[in-house]
Amino acid sequence: MLLSGFFVIPYEFRWGVLWESPHGLWILDGLLMTLKLSALSWVFAVILGILFGALRTFPFPPLRAIATAYVEFFRNVPLLVWLFFWYFGAPEVFPASVRQWLIHHGMEFWSAVAGISVYHGARMAEVIRAGIQSIPKTQFEAGISSGLSIPQAYRFIVIPIALRLIVPPVTNESVNLLKNSSLAMTIGVAELTFATRQIETYTAKAIEAFTAGTLIYLILCLSIAYVMNRMERKFAIPGLIARAERAEH
Amino acid sequence: MFTGGTLRLAIPAILLGFCVGVILGLARLAQRPWIHYPAAIYIEFIRGIPLIMVIFWFWYLVPIFLGRPVPEYWVALTAFVCFEGAYIGEIVRAGIQSVPRGQIDAATATGLSYIEMMWGVILPQAIRNMIPSLVTQFIVLFKDTSLASIIGMMDLTKAAQTVSQRELRPFEMYFFIAVIYWVFAYGMSRLSQWLEIRMSPERSASCG
Repeated sequence: MLLSGFFVIPYEFRWGVLWESPHGLWILDGLLMTLKLSALSWVFAVILGILFGALRTFPFPPLRAIATAYVEFFRNVPLLVWLFFWYFGAPEVFPASVRQWLIHHGMEFWSAVAGISVYHGARMAEVIRAGIQSIPKTQFEAGISSGLSIPQAYRFIVIPIALRLIVPPVTNESVNLLKNSSLAMTIGVAELTFATRQIETYTAKAIEAFTAGTLIYLILCLSIAYVMNRMERKFAIPGLIARAERAEH
Repeated sequence: MFTGGTLRLAIPAILLGFCVGVILGLARLAQRPWIHYPAAIYIEFIRGIPLIMVIFWFWYLVPIFLGRPVPEYWVALTAFVCFEGAYIGEIVRAGIQSVPRGQIDAATATGLSYIEMMWGVILPQAIRNMIPSLVTQFIVLFKDTSLASIIGMMDLTKAAQTVSQRELRPFEMYFFIAVIYWVFAYGMSRLSQWLEIRMSPERSASCG
C-alpha cells in the first residue's frame, strides 16, 4: 500500500518484474531494436536531408520545386499516419513477389524504417536548408578575394562555419528521431516502448515497467544532448557564433 | 467525418499548452532557485522522453490513483498539455531572452512592476520573435494528436484505421487522411508566414 496525500492507493510495488526471467530480456531486446531502428533510419534521413536540403537552395527552379514538394508534403502529415501508410497501405500496391519477400523479412521493421526516414528526411532537409542559407555569402567572397582557391575557400571557410551552424539543430532533430522511433510499436516492431507495454500487459506492473522505459529514453536522449553540447562548446569560434558563449540563463 | 475528434483535441491542447508554456518559460527565467530549478528539471525531463511514454503514464497510472477509468479524451488532453507545455516553455524562454536587456532596464526605470513590465513591454516583443517557432510547435502538436488513437480515442487516425479494416482499402484510406492532415498543417504554416510579415515592426512602422 502506498500512501500519497489523502489517497490510499491499492498498488504493490514489485521492481523485480523488470529483471525476472523473460522481462529483462524483453527490455534489452527492445533497447537494441530501438537503437537499430533509429540508427538505420537516421542514416537514410540524413542522406535524404542533405540531398533535398541542398536541392532547395539550388539555382534551378524545377529542382527546387521538387525538393519543396517533398519537404512540405512529408513533414506536414503525422509520422503515425505515415507508419500506417507504409505498413498497411503501401505494400498493397507493390508486386506480389516484393510483398512476399517483405512479409518474410520483417515487414514491420522495413515499414518503420521507410516511414521514419522519409518523414525525418523532410525535417532534416528543412534544418539543413536553413543552415546553408544562414552562412553569410560575404565569408566566401572574402576568402576568394584574399587569394584562396574555390576548394580552399570551401575547405577552410564555408564548411567549418556551416558545420558549426548545422550540427546543433541536426542533433536536436536526431534526438527527435530517436524519440519518434517509439511510434514503431504501433505497427508491431518490438522496440523499447513495445517491450515496456508488453511487461505491463503480462504483469500489470505499470509503474515499474514505464519507469524503466522512461529512464532508458531519458538516459539516451540526455547523453546525446550532453556529448553534442560539449562538442559545440569545444569547437565554437570565439566572437563569431555567440551561442556557446551565451550564459545558460 | 472524424476531423472533429482531432480538432476537439488539438484546439484545447494548443491553448492550454501555450498557457502552461508561458508559465514554465517565465519560471525558468526566474531569479529564485526554488522556482527556476523545478521548471528546468521538468522541461529537461519531458524533452528527454517520447510523447507516447507520457500518454502511457497517464493512461495506465491515473486509473490506479483515482481507482476508476478515465475517458481517453481527458487522458490524451492532459498528456498533450504536459508534454507540449515543456516545449513551448523553451520557446517562450528563448523568445524572452531575445528581447534586448535595455527594454527591461527602461521598463524598470519608468517604474513599472514586474507584471506590468512582462505584460506590457517584454511579452509583446517576445511573442513577435516567437511566432515562427511557436507555430511550428503548434503544427507538431496538431500532428501529435494522432497518437491519441493509440489509446483508442476516436480521432482522424483511429477513424481511418477502423474504416480501412472494414473496407480493406488501406492505401486509399491512409492517403486520404494524410491529405486532410496536410491541409490543416500546411494552412497553419502559411498563416504563420503571413502573421510574421504582418507583425514585423518595419511593416507596422510603415503603415502607422
